[in-house]
Amino acid sequence: MNATHDSPIASVAVKPKPYIHGVILFAFCLGFGLVMALTNDVTLDDISARALEDKQNSLSQVLPDNIHDNNPVLDTVTVKNEEGKETTVYRARKDKQVTGVAYEIFGTGYAGEIRLMMGIDASGKLLGVRVLAHKETPGLGDKIEAKKSPWIERFTGLSLGNPSVERWKVKKDGGDFDQFAGATITPRGVVAAIRRGQEFYAANKDKLTGSN
Amino acid sequence: MSNAENSNQYSTIVKDGLWDNNGVFSMLLGMCPTMAMTTSATNGFGMGLATAVVMAASSYLVAVFRNQITTEVRIPVYILIVASMVTLVDLAMNAWMHELYKVLGLFIPLIVSNCLPLARLEAFAAKQPSFPALLDGLFMGLGFTIALTAIGAVREIVGSGTLFADASLLLGNSFKVIEMRVLPADMGVLMMILPPGGFIVTGLLVVVKRVLDLRAGKEIQMAGAHAV
Repeated sequence: MNATHDSPIASVAVKPKPYIHGVILFAFCLGFGLVMALTNDVTLDDISARALEDKQNSLSQVLPDNIHDNNPVLDTVTVKNEEGKETTVYRARKDKQVTGVAYEIFGTGYAGEIRLMMGIDASGKLLGVRVLAHKETPGLGDKIEAKKSPWIERFTGLSLGNPSVERWKVKKDGGDFDQFAGATITPRGVVAAIRRGQEFYAANKDKLTGSN
Repeated sequence: MSNAENSNQYSTIVKDGLWDNNGVFSMLLGMCPTMAMTTSATNGFGMGLATAVVMAASSYLVAVFRNQITTEVRIPVYILIVASMVTLVDLAMNAWMHELYKVLGLFIPLIVSNCLPLARLEAFAAKQPSFPALLDGLFMGLGFTIALTAIGAVREIVGSGTLFADASLLLGNSFKVIEMRVLPADMGVLMMILPPGGFIVTGLLVVVKRVLDLRAGKEIQMAGAHAV
């Protein structure tokens, strides 16, 4: 290797005082910290506006436009589910009457949690279910996404009595719903989450559709 | 330096970044995002572009401040600069390019964990004037983009039978035409989408590059042994 670096002895002679490194590092931290704080300030409003739009988009897929004249994103109520976890419920109203609600439900998949948004009308019929986030195997478990397969649309219009509660399972477990070739755990988790989501609605119906 | 020498140096920087000293295929750096983000050509391309922007900006800044940064604190300062650039890109894209952000947003924080930007800051930008450093960061990043797109394309074709699926989400609807189905849907080899496929394809493409270089009569550079 070529000796391209200064010899250690030569660099000792011009070595700056130790504290100078601290000052330099501090100055850079301060400078870039300020730049980031400024950027955060400038982008803050736009980012929260975008987040609200995203929420509106995911809600509009499970709460059809024709059942409400309010903005469900802004009409929320918080209810504890049976595990004591707080669930934010978005309410669709027409002429002040609650016509449907939507909330997030969680299923256990093959590779961790599956987050879904579920819409249900006042009579307990499903308006739609959409996957918000999941970590399932690409090509197998990801058929729960609406853009990969129409499977998730199967649930629209169903309710806890149709089919009956004990049929809310995948076919392999003796229920009514198709599993995918090579993936049973993912749809099993989704079906169970939707069943629990409906039970949550049934248990809290008065609180969710009340006018307060 | 004369103009001729300048343009000679610039063309070396460009060639080094894109092919001769490619970050992935020659230096084998940045393997973490390479393995994680190349399940499709579109993902690889997006990750590569985001990395190129961050690399160009941080190389430029390090070169500008190269006389103020002392040797003792250079590594924390480099990391600070890369992390700041990543944060700025993340915030700006979230606010003003939200559709793109929804596709790429997941990848952007991962750039901090990529050792390719840090390696170029240390090996190049710290010793060079600002313009060559900017060029080096940009073209190393574009070389990274080429590598990730190539790996992603192979994995996607063999694994899912498609090429550039969802490219219109990233690039806009006019790119719908490049979304292709190469093989029938049920012919995909799932392993190629999973992590082992990443290692296998990357290894094979490194071999392909070396064979091409040998055919062209070039000297093979060992990983990381490139002199600036």
